[in-house]
Amino acid sequence: MSINRRDFLKLTAASGILLASDVKPGQAATGKEMPPQAVGFLYDATLCIGCKSCMYNCKKYNTMPGGALYTEDGRNMNEWNGPEQIWDAPRDLTAKTLNIIKAYAEEGEQSFIKRHCMHCVDPGCVSACPVSAMQKDGKTGIVTYDADKCIGCRYCQVACPFNVPKFEWEEAFPQLRKCELCRHRLAEGDIPACCEFCPTGASIFGPVEELRKEAEMRLRLRTGSEYEYPVGTVDGAFKLPKKVDQYVNHIHGLEEVGGCQYLMLASVPFDKLGMPTLPKKSYASTSEGIQHVLYNKMIAPIVVFGVLAGAAFRSTKSERGERDE
Amino acid sequence: MSESKPLGGKIFTRAFAVAFLFALIGGWFLIQRFAQGLGAVSNMSDGFPWGLWITYDVVIGTALGCGGFAMAILVYILNKGEYHPLVRSALLTSVFGYSLAAFSVFIDIGRYWNFHHVLLPQYWNFSSVLLEVALCIALYVAVLWIEFSPAFLEKGGGPQASKGVNRIMFIFIAFGVLLPTMHQSSLGTLMVISGYKLSPLWQTPFLPLLFLISAVAMGFALTVFESFVSSLAFGRPLETKMIGKLAGVIPGLLIAFLVVRWGDLAFRGAFGAAFGGGWPMIMFWVENILFILPVVMLLPRPNREKAGTLCLAAFWMVMAGAVYRFNVFLVGFSPAPGWSYFPAAPEIFVTLGIVSVEVMGYLIFVRALPVLPEPERA
Ligand code: SF4
Ligand code: SF4
Ligand code: SF4
Repeated sequence: MSINRRDFLKLTAASGILLASDVKPGQAATGKEMPPQAVGFLYDATLCIGCKSCMYNCKKYNTMPGGALYTEDGRNMNEWNGPEQIWDAPRDLTAKTLNIIKAYAEEGEQSFIKRHCMHCVDPGCVSACPVSAMQKDGKTGIVTYDADKCIGCRYCQVACPFNVPKFEWEEAFPQLRKCELCRHRLAEGDIPACCEFCPTGASIFGPVEELRKEAEMRLRLRTGSEYEYPVGTVDGAFKLPKKVDQYVNHIHGLEEVGGCQYLMLASVPFDKLGMPTLPKKSYASTSEGIQHVLYNKMIAPIVVFGVLAGAAFRSTKSERGERDE
Repeated sequence: MSESKPLGGKIFTRAFAVAFLFALIGGWFLIQRFAQGLGAVSNMSDGFPWGLWITYDVVIGTALGCGGFAMAILVYILNKGEYHPLVRSALLTSVFGYSLAAFSVFIDIGRYWNFHHVLLPQYWNFSSVLLEVALCIALYVAVLWIEFSPAFLEKGGGPQASKGVNRIMFIFIAFGVLLPTMHQSSLGTLMVISGYKLSPLWQTPFLPLLFLISAVAMGFALTVFESFVSSLAFGRPLETKMIGKLAGVIPGLLIAFLVVRWGDLAFRGAFGAAFGGGWPMIMFWVENILFILPVVMLLPRPNREKAGTLCLAAFWMVMAGAVYRFNVFLVGFSPAPGWSYFPAAPEIFVTLGIVSVEVMGYLIFVRALPVLPEPERA
């Protein structure tokens, strides 16, 4: 006897139901919790003057030892900065550009937007990486990259909802590159370069909890009133007074794909600024949900293996040299 | 068992020489790839980090290599011993399809010197769908070679020589069904995490089920197709009778596929995009017509006795599965406005080179080893 076709169909149908049941998994919508001491940034586009000081200093401080652009083989990632180099004007994030200021101007509206890694609470890149090269720090929530582990499969690029990780396509021995929240600077007690060198307070650093409160508070400010905007860090002593702009009533990064440690405010809708419109539930949790249902403790595969081995044992009787029944 | 026999004859035929030439050209571009990086030979980009090699050589290549998987379900799990003569040649295409898919992964990944990390537990990330795919494919390549090993043993020592392996073969057969079930479905799950980047025409939590069903169907279809091609190429009698019965499995599988596919589209209300214009719309309809064609052709029983119809239907079936996979990994994929991808010439030549190595390997093996069934007695 071996399992007949009906049993086989039942088995197949059962796995189909398992899959279907994942459409509404009984977990929280956000999948993962942010570490309580997570740090991040708040970018307020209404304060940004497009000076690109953050871009310049991001490159400058990350090409130093420990930085996310540092290369031990002595390659010059500070492209514009050598005697032979010309000014590089990237149009998007690249493996040499971890941070970019983009401008938007249309229909009388204008705004800048600063793009880099969002340090997602439930990061696609971390969920996707087969060899744990992308990891989320348990304390700070910083999403880090370890080239020594990375196999260069680029699944993190497929999985990142913000298209952040970039690959060195022109290198024979390439790496992935992305903002790692200046973790080499944080280790020295400094703040991220993009926040330290932002002259207007458009980019500020701080604990995400406080950044969220600050962002929510700004949305409640009366348009046209004056507010003392902190510079450098959210609790910075240095403040610059400015008339409050008309904000779009949305904090980008508060709930997108389960939340991000990079929050944004702007006076122009975020989709016009090139930000994808995203659900609250992370794609990573959908994907992990499917895997979890099918491979939880490997029970299903082991059971299926048992059934298959039994069937194959019976049907290979003659090949084992035993007589058929 | 003496139902398989080496074909004998000359190995260096003209077909072999052509394949060899293509393999050389592919090899030349591979040297460039390793010397100058992926950007030098491919059109892949930060927007399209996966191109032809992953889509064709790995995702489609392993599905084409599902003959061994599909036949194992039929012969060993559903115990339809009458199809046993077809098992070994199906296994052979699987051996080459999968071994070369693994090789393609090696050339595609940027940091290939770290390749072994996938096999070392201290690196494993169990949330990663890709880890599961990689591990299952690696294991399955090993299982396939073991399943195929009796062909080598019998070559050396006659039909009795494979007795030892055959005693424990059921374990490998069970793995040989379990592993493809796992990774062929997971190849679909791979794209779930890409979220909005994959058009709603294809993005669904049912991707794993759809990939699994279509992989099994492709496995049967390729076994049918391959049987015809090898009959023609080597001037052997057609195995129409057995093949016709085998092809009878395909319509059922395809109907199941289409029910899930269209049911899911309707449930998610995604049909609108099917009229949205552009390449995705065109390719969506091409894909669906390709899936319906073999159903229409193979449902009437008399058609399954006609060699020409059988062969053509099997071909459309293989194309349907291939186009579906292209659509999920490339056509329906759009990371952000402004990105596009079409493979570069060197990329295409590398793929052709890999296919050529497969053809050469197949030609050598069927001539030298007991693979193809002894001709059916009329
Ligand atoms: S933005 Fe992308 S790269 Fe950054 S943490 Fe999120 S998923 Fe990872
Ligand atoms: S490219 Fe590297 S970091 Fe990205 S998913 Fe692959 S192994 Fe992980
Ligand atoms: S945190 Fe550091 S690496 Fe990240 S964008 Fe700012 S300056 Fe660049």
